[in-house]
Amino acid sequence: MSTEHAMEPTSEEPPAEEAQSQVSGAEIVLEDVVKQYPGQASPAVESLSLTIPAGEIVMFVGPSGCGKTTSLKMINRLIEPTSGTIRIDGEDARGQSENALRRKIGYVIQGGSLFPHLTVAKNIAIVPKLLGWDTRRVQERIDELLDLVGLEPAKYRDRYPRELSGGQQQRVGVARGLAADPPVLLMDEPFGAVDPITRQRLQDELLSIQRELRKTIVCVTHDIDEAIKLGDRILILKEGARIAQYDSPEAVLGAPADEFVEDFVGSGSSLKQLSLVRVSEVELHRPVTATVGEKVGDVRRRAEAAGERSVVVLDSRGRPVSWPWLRQLKGDSVVEPADELITIDQRATLNDALDTMLSSSHGGAVVTGDRDQYLGVVVFDAVTDHIRSLEEQADE
Amino acid sequence: MWDFIVERREQIAYNTFQHFNLVVQAVLVATLIAVVLAVLVVGAPRLQGVANAISAIGLTIPSFALVGLLLPVFSIGAFTAFLAVAFYAVLPVLRNAVVGLQQVDPTLVESARGMGMSRLAVLWRIRLPLAWPVILAGVRISMQMSMGVAAIAAYVRGPGLGDYIFRGLASIGGANAVNYALVGTLGVVVVALIADALLLLLGRVTVPRGIRA
Repeated sequence: MSTEHAMEPTSEEPPAEEAQSQVSGAEIVLEDVVKQYPGQASPAVESLSLTIPAGEIVMFVGPSGCGKTTSLKMINRLIEPTSGTIRIDGEDARGQSENALRRKIGYVIQGGSLFPHLTVAKNIAIVPKLLGWDTRRVQERIDELLDLVGLEPAKYRDRYPRELSGGQQQRVGVARGLAADPPVLLMDEPFGAVDPITRQRLQDELLSIQRELRKTIVCVTHDIDEAIKLGDRILILKEGARIAQYDSPEAVLGAPADEFVEDFVGSGSSLKQLSLVRVSEVELHRPVTATVGEKVGDVRRRAEAAGERSVVVLDSRGRPVSWPWLRQLKGDSVVEPADELITIDQRATLNDALDTMLSSSHGGAVVTGDRDQYLGVVVFDAVTDHIRSLEEQADE
Repeated sequence: MWDFIVERREQIAYNTFQHFNLVVQAVLVATLIAVVLAVLVVGAPRLQGVANAISAIGLTIPSFALVGLLLPVFSIGAFTAFLAVAFYAVLPVLRNAVVGLQQVDPTLVESARGMGMSRLAVLWRIRLPLAWPVILAGVRISMQMSMGVAAIAAYVRGPGLGDYIFRGLASIGGANAVNYALVGTLGVVVVALIADALLLLLGRVTVPRGIRA
């Protein structure tokens, strides 16, 4: 699967030429796909036809038992369709052995599903080794991926899954799914097993990774908010995997196709609009920054000159590590604190930003970009200003 | 007693080693058979009841009786003793291997299949390693049990320490009767302890840190 392949226009969907990074994903086309289990009156999937454009995140949502997971698992043939065809990058999924097919499709499930008897490195190395990569290339890839998902390779490479937190396990799960650089990533309720704050961070990280890699990601969730946040498109399914609506999050919220979608999206959908606006669209405040190891005196002087009462501390690689008030700066030089700073990614929604701000003593949240690089701070006033301007636009 | 041992030290050492050797070989072969059976049984849920019943009934057969049954078919000698020991040794390993394989989280298996591992690779690299601590616990039980069975198997002129016990029993009241019985019994206990220690060590080496209790 090469990048050129994915760029070839295989359907009416034009390739995203203007995208800032190259699409490495492949288009997936489902045609009249049916799954009928023997002994069941109605099929689990009742003729599903669908095009998933290369390089996009498509979220499958719907009530439990609607066939969304079945549909997902038919893409990598963990479940064999009764009839119909599935083409990935123009190739029939049934035209090759199931193992060969699956090695080209990343698969991430709830909790990461890491193998407990293997170290983090060995978990990630599974598919590259199945594909016969040499040891050096595998080792380099492991470090690269751990870095990508925000885990320091030297520290985490040789750990066992049970020595990691739930969020870290899930990150390794994503790294393992991406290990052999597959054009397609299938995710089944990937963030279902972690607490809300960790879930939000993992979602942010996925968006940040996707900004870099531009894979085709198909993700099943039961959480409409997650679908709105992550999806370029949302597929809302009724029982039997009948399509209720397949559209952008904006359209699903703004113009629900029918009552079913309306009910599913739920009330408070104007509040859900907050999930459509990304932090990157709001003006960021840029307070004085300090680097770990800098003299406290210098930092204090700089902040006071700028009229600030707090500073954002960055580590040597430009990642924010703390956000202390000036009076909290003690000792000679700025040190890295023990507790982790809760930051939000620039692709996070205003909904997430408000959540994070409410738990911060600063009434704001530190915003990061690719690989956790510091971008600035989002504050309440900026959010309310932005909402007001949106309302004004809507009124006009 | 001491003189008794010193006089026969070479003979005793040889028999002790033979006892150890018989049991280890029988348990090794039994473990292989049991794991293969367990894989088949776990793959076919209908066989599970049968397997459980066989291992439960099998353990109720007195070993003396089994040796008696094998005798007309395989005649006297080490091979018959080996068969008797191996027969019992299979049962605890089989039971534990079935439980161990059943305990493997099905989502892990699906995850492995979803990554493109073949069924055999999933068995070899995921299911068996994850079941290994439980299988090994079965091997330890099996090894302990087999030490006693091997002593009985000496009745058919099998190798090992059982011979001393029978000689002691046969000459009750005579000179050295108690000595024979004691040396045989204590020897079996010592060999059993050594074997168990070795299995513990094997567990240390072969069970990955990630799933060690």
